Amino acid sequence: MKYQADNKGFYGEFGGAYIPEMLYPNIEELRQNYIQISESDSFQKEFQSLLTNYVGRPTPLYFAESLSEKYNTKIYLKREDLCHTGAHKVNNTIGQILMAKRLNKKRIIAETGAGQHGVATATVCALMGLECVIYMGSLDIQRQAPNVARMKMLGAEVKAAKSGSKTLKDATNEAIRDWINNPVDTHYIIGSVVGPHPYPDMVARFQSVISAETQAQLLEKENREYPDHVIACVGGGSNAAGLYYHFLENLQVNIIAVEAAGKGINSGASAATSVLGKEGIIHGSKTLLMQTLDGQITEPYSISAGLDYPGVGPMHAHLFRSKRAEFISIPDQEAMDWGLTLSQMEGIIPAIETAHAFAVLDVRKFYPDEVIVFNCSGRGDKDLDTYIDHFKLK
Amino acid sequence: MNRIDQTFKKNKKLLSIYFSAGHPELEDTVPILETLQDSGVDMVEIGLPFSDPLADGPTIQESSTCALRNGMTTEKLFDQLENIRENIHIPLILMGYFNPIMQYGIERFCQKCQSIGIDGLIIPDLPIDLYHEYHKEVFDKYNLYNMFLITPHTPEARINFIDSISNGFIYMVSSASVTGAQKTFGKIQEDYFKRIANMKLSTPQIVGFGISNANTYQVATKYCSGGIIGSAFIKFLEKNGVAAIPKFIKSIR
Repeated sequence: MKYQADNKGFYGEFGGAYIPEMLYPNIEELRQNYIQISESDSFQKEFQSLLTNYVGRPTPLYFAESLSEKYNTKIYLKREDLCHTGAHKVNNTIGQILMAKRLNKKRIIAETGAGQHGVATATVCALMGLECVIYMGSLDIQRQAPNVARMKMLGAEVKAAKSGSKTLKDATNEAIRDWINNPVDTHYIIGSVVGPHPYPDMVARFQSVISAETQAQLLEKENREYPDHVIACVGGGSNAAGLYYHFLENLQVNIIAVEAAGKGINSGASAATSVLGKEGIIHGSKTLLMQTLDGQITEPYSISAGLDYPGVGPMHAHLFRSKRAEFISIPDQEAMDWGLTLSQMEGIIPAIETAHAFAVLDVRKFYPDEVIVFNCSGRGDKDLDTYIDHFKLK
Repeated sequence: MNRIDQTFKKNKKLLSIYFSAGHPELEDTVPILETLQDSGVDMVEIGLPFSDPLADGPTIQESSTCALRNGMTTEKLFDQLENIRENIHIPLILMGYFNPIMQYGIERFCQKCQSIGIDGLIIPDLPIDLYHEYHKEVFDKYNLYNMFLITPHTPEARINFIDSISNGFIYMVSSASVTGAQKTFGKIQEDYFKRIANMKLSTPQIVGFGISNANTYQVATKYCSGGIIGSAFIKFLEKNGVAAIPKFIKSIR
């Protein structure tokens, strides 16, 4: 079986580009050019140089000794939390801003939920001197004041999405509408492996630096090129796509995707799309999404804003449907506890999204000679208020 | 013959109206259709509300959200339209996003449309390529037309391709934008209308997006077969109610 996108952007039955005709020229321009541009020598040279000198790559593959001892297995952390701006998101925004420049775009738009992708986009726009407009749900603007301030400080305009549920999915709708209204000079930097083809594939390619580095680093540390398990949290799924990428076709590598169960799968407040979702169309892609019987998209819930998306990237829908990946959902409480555990055992305060992944250690058995790589996708600075509230740290 | 083709055969400038089913009130669908027909409207597009209408501007977004809040569903709309052909003779088109149609079941949806007497569909997020490859057969089986959009940025070769596999009409989006009323059309839009007219396509074209009054309707229909009014009608309806609809239609032509 094939786990990469085919030339029409389908991962098995999922993916494609279900877009209104108004978006056709923008998407078609990108589709025709993204592979050629991103594989060109000049692009690669600039991309690699920025990843090294600006983002701080390669990120370490850190052997977590205390965790490994406690769970009697070999645990490595791919330290994406050490990237500039605090998460893996910047790998993609660097790639896409270079793409936008080569397509002669003058203006950048993006959507953001918690603000991490918004900050990563505002950062690269500042770096390249491009105009930047970030769409953010008006509810999220209230909930994520520090990231709104960061985006503004970086020179971006933050526009409130006031339609629908006023969160990430509505910010995405607004960004798409902006792109319809500005089809010539604007590039839309989507922040995850979602949206119409070629976005899921393009974003996965930019994030694949994570698994490429992991291969090289494992060879050095463990004298083998692949681990037994790769584990990552999945909202839209970009950090997971990056960690899985070079291991997708290697069936000796077990893939584990961790979704947010929120207050519990059956609580009505969850974001576990693989369990609760049904096949449908969201933001131009055929995938699994949470919806009513009538096909109206519903609002998910997770304590972590980055996992709070009603759909999942088509690659992941395919990994789920084909059983290539194991999907596990972790509730808020367990994720929060792991935020504290990782902080105190390894001295790493993870983003709450990231903390979900580690909770797998409590629900699934691993063996002493197995090598596990977790994507430590982001740091917890942005979540301090939530941690403080939850653990009464004041 | 499909009612849409019959209507275009009459060879006058068409006026088509779009509204969101279930807005302003849940049970307004049939009264709106009857009043539109009585007012001399040539064709109606009934909007199937969706939670995430990404090609629509604020007016249609809000009417769609309101309709859903009122309790509109695909099933409910079909119930309301069950006996619509007893009184309504003008072409009826359902316009909706693809996801609710998928969830209803594409074949079941088409079958239902045929049994009610719906003449065609407009599904903005089902692109022509995917339609052609995966869904055309079932639409054809139930004699449903599926109309496609073109914009000022649609390449000429693609317009010709769309023309070659279209039936009914081609929906010309007036400018690069989401739906919404505009006060005037400028030279850029008029040039685009002229350019398309000069292509001498075999499928008739009607202009939508941005028509709001007699002036924009006139400019839009100078070079093509008709115009569609959505947002401006919805705003009027919300403010003045169903009984006032004839006044709005008179103000257009």
